[in-house]
Amino acid sequence: MATTEPKANDEPIVLDDAIIEGAEKLSEEDIAQVINDMIRTEGGARFKAYLNTCMSCGYCSGACHYYLSRDKEPRLAPAAKVKQTLGEFVRKKGRVSRETLMRSCEIAFTDCNLCRRCMMYCPFGIDVAFLMLFVRRVCHKLGVVPRYIQDTAHSHSATMNQMWVQEDEWIDTLQWQEDEARDEIPDLRIPLEKEGADVYYSVIGPEPKFRAQLIYQAAVLMHAAGIDWTMTEFPGWDNSDMCMYTGDIEMTARLKKVHFESALRLRSKRIVMGECGHAFRSVYDVGNRFLGWKMPPIEVVHAVAFYDELLAEGRLKIARKFERPVTFHDPCNIVRGQGLHEKARSVVRQSCETFIEMEPNREHNFCCCAGGGVINCGPPYKNKRVKSNRVKAEQLMAAREKGAEVVIAPCHNCHGGLEDIIHHYKIDIEIKFLIDILFECMEK
Amino acid sequence: MKSMEEWDWAPGKKIVADLEKWQSGYAAVEEPYVSPDGEKIAAIVKTEEESYTVCVNGTPWEKTFDKVWSLRFSPDNRAAALVSDTAEWSVAVDGATWENWFEFVWNMQFSKANSAIAVAAQNARSYFAVLDDTPWETGFSSMNNLTVSRNGETLAAVVQTTAVKEGDINAFQKGCFSVAVNGVAWKNAFVNAWEIDINPDNRLVAVEVRHSLYDYSIAINDEMWPSSFSAIWRPRFNPVDNSVTAPVKSAGEWCLAKDGELFWERRYSQLWHHFYSTDGKSIAAVVAPTYGKWTIAENDTPWDLTFKELVMDAVYSPDNRHIACLGKTDGKWYVALDGKAWPTPFDRAWPPVFSPRGEDVAVKVEIDGKYAIAVNGKLLDIPFAVAWNPVFSPDGKKLLVKGIGTGKDEGKYCRHILETESLPRK
Amino acid sequence: MYDIYALARGPLAWGAFIVFFGGIIYRLAAILLEARKKDHVVYAYFSPYYAMRSMLHWIVPFGSRSMRQQPILTTVTFAFHICLIGVPLFLFAHIILFKESFDISWWTLSGMAAQVMTVIVLLSCVYFFVRRIVQPDVRYLSSTADYLILLLVVLPFATGFWAARGWAGFEIATLLHMLSGELLLALIPFTKLSHMFFFPLTRIYAGSEFGAVRNAKDW
Repeated sequence: MATTEPKANDEPIVLDDAIIEGAEKLSEEDIAQVINDMIRTEGGARFKAYLNTCMSCGYCSGACHYYLSRDKEPRLAPAAKVKQTLGEFVRKKGRVSRETLMRSCEIAFTDCNLCRRCMMYCPFGIDVAFLMLFVRRVCHKLGVVPRYIQDTAHSHSATMNQMWVQEDEWIDTLQWQEDEARDEIPDLRIPLEKEGADVYYSVIGPEPKFRAQLIYQAAVLMHAAGIDWTMTEFPGWDNSDMCMYTGDIEMTARLKKVHFESALRLRSKRIVMGECGHAFRSVYDVGNRFLGWKMPPIEVVHAVAFYDELLAEGRLKIARKFERPVTFHDPCNIVRGQGLHEKARSVVRQSCETFIEMEPNREHNFCCCAGGGVINCGPPYKNKRVKSNRVKAEQLMAAREKGAEVVIAPCHNCHGGLEDIIHHYKIDIEIKFLIDILFECMEK
Repeated sequence: MKSMEEWDWAPGKKIVADLEKWQSGYAAVEEPYVSPDGEKIAAIVKTEEESYTVCVNGTPWEKTFDKVWSLRFSPDNRAAALVSDTAEWSVAVDGATWENWFEFVWNMQFSKANSAIAVAAQNARSYFAVLDDTPWETGFSSMNNLTVSRNGETLAAVVQTTAVKEGDINAFQKGCFSVAVNGVAWKNAFVNAWEIDINPDNRLVAVEVRHSLYDYSIAINDEMWPSSFSAIWRPRFNPVDNSVTAPVKSAGEWCLAKDGELFWERRYSQLWHHFYSTDGKSIAAVVAPTYGKWTIAENDTPWDLTFKELVMDAVYSPDNRHIACLGKTDGKWYVALDGKAWPTPFDRAWPPVFSPRGEDVAVKVEIDGKYAIAVNGKLLDIPFAVAWNPVFSPDGKKLLVKGIGTGKDEGKYCRHILETESLPRK
Repeated sequence: MYDIYALARGPLAWGAFIVFFGGIIYRLAAILLEARKKDHVVYAYFSPYYAMRSMLHWIVPFGSRSMRQQPILTTVTFAFHICLIGVPLFLFAHIILFKESFDISWWTLSGMAAQVMTVIVLLSCVYFFVRRIVQPDVRYLSSTADYLILLLVVLPFATGFWAARGWAGFEIATLLHMLSGELLLALIPFTKLSHMFFFPLTRIYAGSEFGAVRNAKDW
């Protein structure tokens, strides 16, 4: 009674060849067996409470940037994503068709950024991200995962980093950045394997691969602030984690073990990590839990909190404020994930002349639509990703109209997502990391 | 090679070097490293000519280089570092470079028993290992987890035997990684292979592998255990009978497996870093009996004492009668011995060191920004600005303590020999 | 007729209460035990302060941003729940039954107030029903069960109202009221209506994680 058929989609149903290839190898029995095993072994109290408690009230719909950007398409309401995936798995006792499985895979991997905004809009606090991760884990177990993110997961497993960076390439990149920086500051160092240093600095795989200037800037900042710091020579330097998003939690556990143990081996007092959101999530309350560490075994400080601390202690001084008006994009994994929004604002206000708030902001900011592994599903889904975040474009345009010329986003995925949105919707706004601003404005 | 017995164990304090003086002689001095016997202190220094070298006890190596990094002392007290000249890299030991130069070298390791030096190297995107200036004959398209055996005779590493294009997930899942032992790869390939252990006589190499995206096992000399698990950690050889144990995850919980079969009875929330007594009769491991509680289990019996944040650096005493480890709770580090924690915690602590007969435990610790050595729970009254791990003499009668002093000894690296009789008792 | 009434007044009422309370205890115990086994995080990160903080924001009308975004739905929802719980608990006719059976009694609503509140419940149900059909996202989300539980709620209130007004056939209405009320009670633990006692659990968990671990608001 009264369920509507989904509106005809203007895109082909399955865009990724690896999803199709993976599903073709499966019979309905295979699918049912894995789904039922998963529900039996890992579908615990939260899984059941969430599925039983959802009253289909629709409070969550208005939270989701997919739903809002795509003309309130009912299928894109958070609860609808659960209904089409786990709802079917449970209703049909696992005996779902390959088509349902493929659709579920696309919904869980590419129609949800696991940003947890909807969790704040649900009267019951139902964690749709948790449920979508459950679907992803089922997909992982069945070998039905989008090609690009699966390849990234493979890279993680083979190299302990996201980008197939070989051990020597990593060290070489650091030494190259150190050489470059020494042209500016002759006695600068990127200390490798310095045992007992106060700060163990870790980054994500794309930094050495594509954005090495961020390592350069971080080194200059550490130098200027007089920080006793180090980076590791060995695998473990990458704090990122796409396995958390493909559902390969065993591999997530391994990645985090290597990362934490390299910082512990060097006996640093804490890990400071670059401006990445998902890596923070993985290190702060996901990967450590898979390993049995209730909290990270060594304090983890996100770059935003670290900058704020350095400014507050006077170790980092602003020589001249950034003149162009800026706005700030709150990344979900460090705002809903760690409440760093006020610290970020404090850094922005101390370093920029004019700060213009985006609306909505802080915990209620809209996601970039790149996070949660969605951008890592690669080119097949780029168009959808951009179209599914018109609300972000409108939000940026409104900030632009108020005068903002620069949007600061202290997260790599947000950068990727916002760049595509800015380009697609032709918004005249430049995107920067917080460290880009600090590097330009601080006393060196 | 001078044996430990031949080190200078005469009690007293010796000022080995005044590091403040180094500062004036060079454009830059990096953090210092100290030899195991404490007789030498070395640092990478930048000369006034914008080149780099190593300064040992105030005397620089004759040669200078474009770059020097990874300075370390070998167990037999030689200073070794990775050096580059005209964009080529090699290893310099006590100032003399190897004959071979490479496009890059890294991951310098020493064999514990005889100080053989191993590095990972790369030429023309081909990866291989080098042992005491002798490179492997074969190179691979990637190499990780380089491991050197105790006596330095065997080098093993995880290598990629089939190249995969980025994005070719099917080829990857067929298995492209194997283990190369002294440059010769095993026949079988795995989806992944990680940490390696080599048995005492070098004949056996064990590695943790994943042979599908879901199945983890242990391979020993190219032969996999018949059983698989949902996750696994590093395998270890029994030092006496060559059986292999590894922590494995089964039905959502961790357990120790031996030769492919579940071995321990208890199930743990986590179990890793297991280690043997030298007689091979006992196994201990770092475990979390329940979520978020950490301790040591010896032969499947966990201590009652647990720590909230972590347990690490666990070690058997040489006589196999005691176990010491570090534990961390609420940001403070504790030293625990046989299930009892020392009463005073520290801001940081380093691996505990047993005396040869296991009666004393010494640990480098940090309190209020200063370093000191704690023995049997009490701090020695020698404050340091920088300290290194203490060393007991082979007869257990002396303790070597090394560090850069404070106060009138500020900037001075000192070597102290203390009589263990004078140390705080348990 | 009288026999059925006696049955509804006696054994069935007992049965309904036993199933209601027993069902709640069983389901709560089952889920809490399951959490011990498979969701230890629920216990590990439990924080009474942040659990309460979260609960307060969600039981106060318009305490969350999502509630403020949908003022009509929020107003109706709160009015509905207050009346839905208030009427049966404080209705004079119900208290009399308790008095007769157990010699206990408490404060009661006036007849007029109870009737107004009943109308609010019924109109709210009409609103929910129309909304389920008219609003596309909610329509897509709605399953048969969602409509049936609405009916389950409407029945005792509609028949109760009928009986209270003394309209024609009120005796049958009274009987139907008792039976449908008992049916509702007995089914609460085993249908989506279990959100009544799962609400604190999911909220406590969300509040603890957001507040104590993630240092953020969840409303």
